[in-house]
Amino acid sequence: MVSRELEFERPLLDLERQIEALRRIAAGTENLASVVAPDSDGTGDLAGSDDLAVSSSQSLEGQIALLEEKARELGQEVYSGLSRWQIVQLSRHPDRPYIRDYLDRTFTDFVELHGDRAFADDGAILGGLARFAGVSVMVIGHVKGRTTKENVVCNFGMARPEGYRKAIRLMRLAERFQLPIVTLIDTPGAYPGIDAEERGQAQAIAESIDCMASLTVPVVAVVIGEGGSGGALAIGVANRVLMLEYSTYSVISPEACSSILFRDASHAQRAADALRLTATDLLGFEVVDRVVEEPFGGAHRDPLDMADRLKRAIKQELAELKGLDGEALRLDRYERFRRLGRFEESGHADRRNGHSTATNRPGSQGQS
Amino acid sequence: MTWFKRMAAPKPSGDAKRASVPSGLWTKCPSCGEVSLAEEVSRNLETCGDCGHHFRLDARHRLEGFLDEGSLTEVAAGLLPEDPLEFKDDKDYLSRAKGAAEKAGESEAFLLAKGRLFGRPVVAGSFVFRYMGGSMGSVVGEKIVRAFELGAEARCPVVIFSASGGARMQEGIFSLMQMAKTTVALNRYRSVCQPYISVLTDPTTGGVAASFALLGDVIIAEPGALVGFAGPRVIEQTIRQKLPEGFQRSEFLLEHGVIDMIVPRPELRDAVALLCQHLGAR
Ligand SMILES: [Zn+2]
Repeated sequence: MVSRELEFERPLLDLERQIEALRRIAAGTENLASVVAPDSDGTGDLAGSDDLAVSSSQSLEGQIALLEEKARELGQEVYSGLSRWQIVQLSRHPDRPYIRDYLDRTFTDFVELHGDRAFADDGAILGGLARFAGVSVMVIGHVKGRTTKENVVCNFGMARPEGYRKAIRLMRLAERFQLPIVTLIDTPGAYPGIDAEERGQAQAIAESIDCMASLTVPVVAVVIGEGGSGGALAIGVANRVLMLEYSTYSVISPEACSSILFRDASHAQRAADALRLTATDLLGFEVVDRVVEEPFGGAHRDPLDMADRLKRAIKQELAELKGLDGEALRLDRYERFRRLGRFEESGHADRRNGHSTATNRPGSQGQS
Repeated sequence: MTWFKRMAAPKPSGDAKRASVPSGLWTKCPSCGEVSLAEEVSRNLETCGDCGHHFRLDARHRLEGFLDEGSLTEVAAGLLPEDPLEFKDDKDYLSRAKGAAEKAGESEAFLLAKGRLFGRPVVAGSFVFRYMGGSMGSVVGEKIVRAFELGAEARCPVVIFSASGGARMQEGIFSLMQMAKTTVALNRYRSVCQPYISVLTDPTTGGVAASFALLGDVIIAEPGALVGFAGPRVIEQTIRQKLPEGFQRSEFLLEHGVIDMIVPRPELRDAVALLCQHLGAR
């Protein structure tokens, strides 16, 4: 259990456990000796005398209040200054809600649809019909697992070509019935294996991006955990791209980046900073449209609350897209991605008043 | 073979290209071991006259050889990289890019041109592999988008020669987004009903393979080119075993149904022209 906690979470979690223990005592459900002292020898600070427990619930309340204040301060300190690497760890937290955790709460009436109709049903990508805010939608996303057994099925969220081809099939189905599409992105990347290459991994990803470019239904994509490179983008070409507060989206993992730059993977922390892969970074770059705030401490601290927040965000985005007809939606998606990129253009007959560089770029010299 | 005769004629820019020949006057083929005059290999578009082995061919030489003689007009040459991430390792990104430009003799990793193919207008572009491994950042993405926009404007075919390790790490998320940007542009180009021919050369992997390069109306590969999503080293690390001989090479891709055909470099011009004719280009 303890191994599922991140190092920087632990001081706060320890405090919270103490508070919880004291509350149980205050409520009279347990006595002091049984809860304090994680040091196992039974001589924790507060232990040692039954008198304390009996003497006054007043001072116990005081203790609790004090610890709560301390927890608030500590929490403030830890979570207001998270490093990019800490956010990477949160985005991969073993208790972080995965797609299946959202299906029952953010959506209702989910019906899973399987297979790519050609080769297999890839467990790394899940898709199906669901009810959302009064309408039917197509939900498609990467699957991660918590247990070994789950991870065998979903391959740790790393899809093979048949996974992307399943996504394409379902997007086309949504297109035919004019259903909005919601994608939930959470993958370390597309699977780099022999079988995946044999069946055209690159082609499948390319085809999925291409398919999304042509859709005439509203598409909202949300990075809910890891947005790992092409395997993430394959289902990310949406009208609106959202990121959860502690998710990441990057062209390469910090570990892989580190081994290229510094010849080993141990400088991942530095690489995470260099890559600027957090939701805040990407909002600043105008690569994502919105950051969905997570419950205090991260989505895993309150998955139900997170599911509700996600629901509100998607609902708003879909509502805003409602006024656009099919061609307008396609054009909107085209324009959204057409303008992404930062470059200079020096004097040339062929020069254009680029879609390109007009966005605010502090520190750029070229005024194109 | 009119192709060979045409190429044999000395070209005005020929001297500059000599620099791309590995070791001065003579070139040894790594495949058959034959030693030939570098000039002869160059005249054969950097292929071995003996066994047909394909050396890497620089972008300008390639486009000059592919297009009708003297018809090449470079487009969007003024596009230069920025450093949106302020990316730094042991060198900052822009000085790395500058070094790459000097080494490659090109301003970025993609060369875009308008020209003619057997008299018909065509937009053609080629990756510059010597520039940071032909990696795709914002400039490359923008040039590819413009290739499709120019093709749509002129209602003519677009031919792209890929040679790239994939997305450029130093531009982070912007590089990743070029996969989507180029693909939405290609998607739009299709409405003019002109062919987009993708030519895969050694190597084409990562984000380039996983976007426009494998979305050609017709996909051609040069013999022996490495083409795939993940690089062989990454796969070997993942599965912890050696990859079989020929894995991810053009012949393997053809066998697995990923590409339409393999065409040796000296025959490419004729092959592409014929395809464009079949697909209704003027
Ligand atoms: Zn040879």
